[in-house]
Amino acid sequence: MASNEQVAAGESAHALNKRNLWSGILFGIGSMAFIDEVIFHQLLQWHHFYDLATPQIGILADGLLNSFAWFAAVGGLFLFADLKRRQAVRMKYWIASILIGSGAFQLFDGIIDHKVLKVHQVRYHVELWPYDLSWNLFGAALLIAGIALAKSAKKERLA
Amino acid sequence: MRNRPRKSGLHKAMLHHLSPAALWFPLAAVVVLAGSLLLYAALAAWTNRRYKQWPLRRYLFWFSGVAAAGISLVGPLADAAHRSFSAHMAGHLLLGMLAPLLLLYGKPLTLLMRSLPTKPARHLSRLLNSRYISIVSHPVMTALLNFGGLFILYRTDLFVWMHQSVWVYALVHIHVLLAGYVFTWSILYADLTVHRHSFRLRAVVLIVALAAHKVLAKTLYAAPPTGVATRDGEMGALIMYYGGDGIDLVLIFLFCYSWYKAAAPGQIARAV
Repeated sequence: MASNEQVAAGESAHALNKRNLWSGILFGIGSMAFIDEVIFHQLLQWHHFYDLATPQIGILADGLLNSFAWFAAVGGLFLFADLKRRQAVRMKYWIASILIGSGAFQLFDGIIDHKVLKVHQVRYHVELWPYDLSWNLFGAALLIAGIALAKSAKKERLA
Repeated sequence: MRNRPRKSGLHKAMLHHLSPAALWFPLAAVVVLAGSLLLYAALAAWTNRRYKQWPLRRYLFWFSGVAAAGISLVGPLADAAHRSFSAHMAGHLLLGMLAPLLLLYGKPLTLLMRSLPTKPARHLSRLLNSRYISIVSHPVMTALLNFGGLFILYRTDLFVWMHQSVWVYALVHIHVLLAGYVFTWSILYADLTVHRHSFRLRAVVLIVALAAHKVLAKTLYAAPPTGVATRDGEMGALIMYYGGDGIDLVLIFLFCYSWYKAAAPGQIARAV
């Protein structure tokens, strides 16, 4: 909760709440993109750096998404540091928004990147649908868990 | 696309070594780089007598920036770059991304301002405030100069000409260093900056520019420039992509940190 001094400094409690949300969402997007890169591109090498079937628009969208995610990971953490020094961190709400950000990114990656833009597939030379299904279910689970946690955090605050 | 046969005539262009007559370029580079080291140290030492001490870390930034540019212009990496696209790309990361970042933190413009007598300093100040500088130092413009230049270099025959004419070679390398520097300067306000833009605008430009770098790296992976063998092209593209990622991370960190400092509570709000 923001004290009166902080409100006087020009940051309303509402604005700080929203900053908690954005900080978590951005950091969630960035860390999910990073996990995707490390696990699926580098360690397992299921994803290909470049898939011969990738259309130009897919390369363009993927470049923008990755560049944004890189920025989001760092920016989200600096927003968190800003909340910390203002003593305005709402931990539960922040964790909830990380789950929302990472779940939304996972779903976006699974549906838009893999299926609509066809940047690359989850894995090659295998029956694809179980991979696609678990990829997207995992994303949806993260998203739903995040929303539930955010609701409970809100209820606690209002109670 | 990956196995497209390469034209053998153009392949020779890539393997072409610079003739002994073209030795003037590395020599000139050594003279200019060494001169910039001496001039920087001399100006800093000279102005120390009138102002407070020029911090040691700025000498270190400037010296390592000059070293990064030097490695890519003269010596074994520069020689290998005439034959190998991967070496060429490693050199370009040093020259176009790392060197500008290090040089910027040496604060050369601040040093120059502090060294000049009042009258020339006023002229410089007037020049910096001019409409011309406000246009060419706009983040959108510097990003276009920097990344547009890269698209022209790799997606036209400029890359082949560069290995045939030492003049083109020199111009391309000077452009890569300067455009990289002006871009970094227009995003991070580490040195004297006259025309300032919001964090939001600079963040959007930075994200789009870094995306353009990634897109170019991927298209180079798919189809290397004329005259570059497939394997070498793929390796070079990976160096461009992941090496770029590393330096991007530092850039983004410094940018966000400057926001963090500017947004501190109790800070009097300024234009940016």
